[in-house]
Amino acid sequence: MKIVYPKEEACMACRLCEVACITEHSKSKDAIKAYKKQKPTPLSRTLVEEIFPTPSVSVMCRHCSDAPCIEACFTSAMHRKPDGRVIVDDDKCVGCWMCIMVCPFGVIKRNQYTSIEPGLMGLERSPQNSKLKTQNLKIKLSSKCDLCPDRSIPACVEACPNRALVYEERN
Amino acid sequence: MVKYLIIGNSAAAIGAVEAIKRNDKVNPVTMISDEPHHVYSRPLISYLLAGQVTKDRMYYRGESFYRDNNIETIFNKRVAGVDARKSQVILEGREKIKYDRLLIATGGIPFVPPLLGEGIKKKKNVCTFTKWSDAEDIMKLSRKIKRAVVIGAGMIGVKAVEGLYAMGIDVTVVELAPEVLSRALDMDASKIVQKGMEDKGVKIITNNEVVKIMGRGGLTTGVILRNKKMIQCELVIIAIGVMPNVGFLKGSTIKVNRGILVDERMETNIKGVYAAGDVTEALNMLTLEKMPIPIWPLAYQQGSIAGDNMSGGASIYKGGFPMNSIEFPGVPTISMGIVDPRGDGFESLIKNDAVNRNYKRIILKNEKVVGAILVGDHIDRAGILTGLIKEGIPVTQFKNKLLDRDFGFVHMSREHRREKLEKAV
Repeated sequence: MKIVYPKEEACMACRLCEVACITEHSKSKDAIKAYKKQKPTPLSRTLVEEIFPTPSVSVMCRHCSDAPCIEACFTSAMHRKPDGRVIVDDDKCVGCWMCIMVCPFGVIKRNQYTSIEPGLMGLERSPQNSKLKTQNLKIKLSSKCDLCPDRSIPACVEACPNRALVYEERN
Repeated sequence: MVKYLIIGNSAAAIGAVEAIKRNDKVNPVTMISDEPHHVYSRPLISYLLAGQVTKDRMYYRGESFYRDNNIETIFNKRVAGVDARKSQVILEGREKIKYDRLLIATGGIPFVPPLLGEGIKKKKNVCTFTKWSDAEDIMKLSRKIKRAVVIGAGMIGVKAVEGLYAMGIDVTVVELAPEVLSRALDMDASKIVQKGMEDKGVKIITNNEVVKIMGRGGLTTGVILRNKKMIQCELVIIAIGVMPNVGFLKGSTIKVNRGILVDERMETNIKGVYAAGDVTEALNMLTLEKMPIPIWPLAYQQGSIAGDNMSGGASIYKGGFPMNSIEFPGVPTISMGIVDPRGDGFESLIKNDAVNRNYKRIILKNEKVVGAILVGDHIDRAGILTGLIKEGIPVTQFKNKLLDRDFGFVHMSREHRREKLEKAV
């Protein structure tokens, strides 16, 4: 399947891939609004690793054919789409970080924030969790590259000014 | 026709079914479970207690899973024994089921010391904490519970505390070891977790044990500790540990040590009979011993390998090692591999920032990572270490970077990055 591969000799550590990723995964899809207005700021699903002045490389999910994150996920939130992408189902993820524990690429991030809307997760208001009514809900989700399902070319690849990221199929 | 029979209905069992169905869409599969539920996720019971998941989110596979895969289910039935000579499983009530290939994936059962066993049988507010029904029992009682005692501060104990804490129940944990999570962490890491729990109001008593569960009639009113101290409570949870669920194999010809012994194909000493998951003793690739390692990822993986081999494949289990991710609110931890190095040749790299609840320890042997203990923000990218352990990559070149927050692939060799980041995986 097609995924994003880095070409590290071309990487300048400008981190525009991270900006593009955050923007693409924001509500507004506008970089300024995503950074300044959306609380919490969306996470980048790629990470530029860097030793100054070189090397630097943008690392993101490899969508492994034999994905340890899927095996480790006890809620089945981490799953494979028929097109091969490995995707987190936010409704199922409980933020146990088992996927972070097993991903050998270290490309799954902890997305944690406090929700101001209790009931966001559709929780029952049963007696045992009645306390939730007055508490802000702590949301914990695993966050990773989804290969930008709304685009033909992932945002990071398009944004890279030096073509250090390529979207292609390799063996 | 080949008749596949699977005893169990959790990670290992599902891993096996999914592998079998990849190879063989024709022959029938039967699954037996002593629980009444559609396949669900046992680790979610603490989240259920805490109100973080609803009942409809407990399921591990969709509603049509058995139908889609043409699986016959026998639920709410206990297996009484396996007659390997006649290739049949005997259910309670004497009913017999024939098989051509059998998988035993019966998981673990909570260990309850004989001294406390009486309490659990007679008193309805004394529970273990591994199954959905355990969480339901606690939720049913919850209105009447103000104080709870959790016996054991291991993985299950801490999960139970987390659930009860979220319910607003006053919790005391009693642990025999000198610290919480003593098998998953080291003392310095445990101290950080313990402090985090205590800051939230959880009472922790270590170096002590419950010697008696008190009570009148069918209800407990408290526990008595070894030092004669009494703690009053309306709920006791026994969370000392789990052991392989092998009782029903007594008298069978299947070889059992602590767990069921399997070879690298996950086959037992009896041809055609396989075992996978928490019930087995499989290879620990770091110590090269066979032992039960009761964790979800290995259960699924072993099940998948067993299922493949049951249906004509040739998969080999390369072994695993213990690893755990557990978070008491505000103090996430991940640990893996050898966390209590004993003997010669080990080296530890340590960064302890207890004040900020951060801790990182990497355990090396022969210039290779063999274990890690991570607390707080250090859990990020933990899997890179898992990868280094699994592949036995020498770390000499980047050893001085291992403790850094930004440690990553740029610190490893160009060749390693080419291999890992520039090829399809």
